[in-house]
Amino acid sequence: MSSQQTDERPPRPLPQATPETQAFWDGTTRGELIIQRCDACAHAYFPPRPFCPECGGRSVSDEVASGRATLYSYVINQRPHASFDGPVAVAVVELAEGPRMMTNIIDTPQTEEALVLDMELDVVFEKQTDDISLPLFRPATTNEVAS
Amino acid sequence: MSFAFGPRTVAVVGAAETTELGTIPNQSVIGLHADAALNAIADAGLTTADIDGVATAGTSATDVAFYLGITPKWVDGTSVGGCSFMLHVRHAAAAIAAGHANTILITHAESGRSRVGAGRGGGNPTSFGGQFENPYGAGGPPTRFTIPWLRYAKTYGVDIEKLANVSVVQREWAGLNPRAKFGDPITLDDVMDSTMIATPFTKLMCCLVTDGGGALILTSADRAKDFPQPPAYVLGTGESVETPMISQMADFTSSAAFRVAGAQAFAEAGITTDDVDHLMIYDAFAHLPIFGLEDLGFVERGAGPDFIWDRNTAIGGSLPMNTNGGGLSYMHSGMYGMYALQESVRQIRGTAAAQVEGVDVSVAHGVGGMFGASGTIIFGR
Repeated sequence: MSSQQTDERPPRPLPQATPETQAFWDGTTRGELIIQRCDACAHAYFPPRPFCPECGGRSVSDEVASGRATLYSYVINQRPHASFDGPVAVAVVELAEGPRMMTNIIDTPQTEEALVLDMELDVVFEKQTDDISLPLFRPATTNEVAS
Repeated sequence: MSFAFGPRTVAVVGAAETTELGTIPNQSVIGLHADAALNAIADAGLTTADIDGVATAGTSATDVAFYLGITPKWVDGTSVGGCSFMLHVRHAAAAIAAGHANTILITHAESGRSRVGAGRGGGNPTSFGGQFENPYGAGGPPTRFTIPWLRYAKTYGVDIEKLANVSVVQREWAGLNPRAKFGDPITLDDVMDSTMIATPFTKLMCCLVTDGGGALILTSADRAKDFPQPPAYVLGTGESVETPMISQMADFTSSAAFRVAGAQAFAEAGITTDDVDHLMIYDAFAHLPIFGLEDLGFVERGAGPDFIWDRNTAIGGSLPMNTNGGGLSYMHSGMYGMYALQESVRQIRGTAAAQVEGVDVSVAHGVGGMFGASGTIIFGR
């Protein structure tokens, strides 16, 4: 678990699930990163919705993502929300399955030197409340390179 | 491709900004709407009784119409961010061509700096952003709109100096404009050494936050010569939306909404980028003119930074761009698109502070949200 949050700081602005996204947030609470895939055209997508944004088909399935990703782009917010312990990289990662999502990169300095585009990352789940855990990413600990 | 109505069917016959720009603590948002509207109506030699269509964004069109004492027969409250006014021009042109209204008023105003009579932003935790972006430290536009840049820079091998240069060149234009908030020259080092906001974006790569407004009056071209000001004919228009979340922008090096809106506007106008004498590209941040130049087809993908570096868009260049100083130096109330339209109209009329010689065609290209929406208007003399 990350130590980004302490008792002295207010909580992050937390998400509130809707019927269409409940399965995603239930997944992160269990420690699973859920994406969705179209049964008809096999398109993998995020954020969740009960139909495929590529072909419009309503037959879609939840899928547990590998949790592997690469750093796609970011800025380092120098004046973030009070819940953060100082400058924080607001990052977009590209999952191995294809979809991209916003997140934070933890367990590494929040600097341009440390945060190199296309670096390999692994998902980690940071509990915020009993109902909400956020999917964050950290530099990959294995030497497995996506091929 | 064919269109229901052709170029030069509709014209802007009234255009004005609020009497003051900058810090206006003694006027509320609705007061600024009215000031801009009355200035534009006077510019057209009309009274409020002549207006039969009203469009606005940010504030309710009902509020604006009621406050001005207008009961319109056509209303447009399209609100997709800072380019909403480009979309209003497009919709107004279609409405006038269809006979739904004769004389349409489009207003914009914001108390961006003073926040007089302005609403308070609140995050809806069930919204797209509330669920999938806000928890990660993404705050206002400086920490969202800017995220694609590092990917763009890596893709095309662009140094930070080329980004800073956009702010330097636009400040040169602002130096010619007495109404610009900031007009003193700046250097690359000034830009790169200014306060870091969202690394690698410094304060001088981010737009201003000011108070102000603007308004336009549109009518059919066959009436346009009866007004005191030279008409700015609407030659072509385009619009699109892509995503409410910057993280879901399909290509971090190019805006799909820009490409769709731009291509549609040029197709409607029946012209190419070679025909354009003057260009406004909404510059909330320094990378936007780069994306705009490329996505509208003025330069190849990846060539925007060098095009600006080589002073093509600067004073004396082949494609004068953001000649009012832009959102980076002139003013930025929050939804800047109206000011880009105003400068295009001034350049067509020949009344701009930094007037470009012989502007027959001017393009005003806007963005809404964080690459979320887009509108493109091509004006002709």
